[in-house]
Amino acid sequence: MSARATLATARRVGLQLRGDRRTVALLFVVPVALLVLLRYVFNDAPATFDRIGGPLLALFPFTTMFLVTSVAMLRERTSGTLERLLSMPIGKGDLLTGYALAFGIVAVVQTGLASALALGPLGLDVAGSASLVVLLAVLNALLGTALGLLLSAFARTEFQAVQFLPAVVLPQALLCGLFAPRAAMAVPLRWLSDVFPLTYAVDGMQRVAASPDVSSRLLLDVGVIVGCVLLFVALGAATLPRRSR
Amino acid sequence: MVSYAVEAVGLRVRRGGGDVLHGLDFTVTRGSVTGLLGPSGGGKTTLMRAVVGVQKGVRGHLTVLGERAGSPSLRARIGYVTQSPAVYADLSVRANLDYFAALLGAGARVNSVLRDVALHDVADQVVGSLSGGQRARVSLAAALLGCPDLLVLDEPTVGLDPVLRRDLWAIFGDLAATGTTLLVSSHVMDEAVRCDRLLLLRDGRLVADDTLNGLLVRTGTSDAEAAFLALAEGPCS
Repeated sequence: MSARATLATARRVGLQLRGDRRTVALLFVVPVALLVLLRYVFNDAPATFDRIGGPLLALFPFTTMFLVTSVAMLRERTSGTLERLLSMPIGKGDLLTGYALAFGIVAVVQTGLASALALGPLGLDVAGSASLVVLLAVLNALLGTALGLLLSAFARTEFQAVQFLPAVVLPQALLCGLFAPRAAMAVPLRWLSDVFPLTYAVDGMQRVAASPDVSSRLLLDVGVIVGCVLLFVALGAATLPRRSR
Repeated sequence: MVSYAVEAVGLRVRRGGGDVLHGLDFTVTRGSVTGLLGPSGGGKTTLMRAVVGVQKGVRGHLTVLGERAGSPSLRARIGYVTQSPAVYADLSVRANLDYFAALLGAGARVNSVLRDVALHDVADQVVGSLSGGQRARVSLAAALLGCPDLLVLDEPTVGLDPVLRRDLWAIFGDLAATGTTLLVSSHVMDEAVRCDRLLLLRDGRLVADDTLNGLLVRTGTSDAEAAFLALAEGPCS
């Protein structure tokens, strides 16, 4: 691993993003706007907003980062620049970590804005600490980034990459325990839910929202998310063969 | 000091169940310009990818700069320019080169390379807004950053006007004069004149490995184009 190559890659990805002002605006504004929408959808049911607000703070960055990263990485693969990079002195891990770092920084800003709005003006009531909420949201954004980097290997076109959103993110969202309690699901679905990383993210948020204590179960949630991020980046690196065709 | 930049013995490349290159034997002398010619689909790009070390399914002996092709230590010593420009269209010329230079530890060379390829005037423009010829030169500039010992160029002059082609070939000549080895594929026959040696590849087989003069004598023709046609359409030697 080379810090120089990783930082240069993060800087380059950041410059590319900065050149695309509309994407940056969408990344920052959409979660905020959706939270405002949600707050007033549940205008007369603040308890419901408190229940789902936290988990959604985790779900939004996961979804947007997944989408943006998978398309960005797909472009790298299809533009010939990936082939150039793989013929140059840069480690595959450096490349992917550079991507994760650049989008991680975007995620910190995105979730920082959304959390500040939710916990402040929108009055989201959370028993645990606000910094834990932000931490979980950022970890989720990284989870989305890592999954996007990995799944971009299985898409040949941007159309396909976009289709991975309903294919990969929606089932996780449905089974994560946000829309229906996991205990009420058919047993095979609960098993499936057990292996989906988003389940742990939402569970973690629900625990932070419900109690000020940092339970061992919350630590497990955080551990699973971090483990999945590392696993997906490592698997992503394995999908970048130096020799191809 | 190894005398050959590239040495192939029985080089085969297997792709999709069949051989694309059928056992090639050739050498590329250090500090020379070697032209790789032949009809499209003949295996030129596959051969170049094998030399660079990015081609799958390579068999036989292929030594590049004294090491096995694809060795990690070669990555800093080979410059590879693919047929379509492999640069970031959404970044400026300078931002592209800054990034590749950072990976090569060659940040100090960005300005001089920009001048070499005559792009210093458009350095701050986004690559996507440039002409095809300019983009091709950005891609070439990226390969020149690391002062590579071996430069592998896949159709570097395709789609360029005669002035640019002449200028690029002047750059290639300068590089070879300073000891860089160049392996250049082309389908423009008048460029064969610029090469010290020519490899003619047809259907994955080497039908000629000679100087231009040698080719003309052998085929009884008077120019590169006619020699090419004679070899490309004639029986295998």
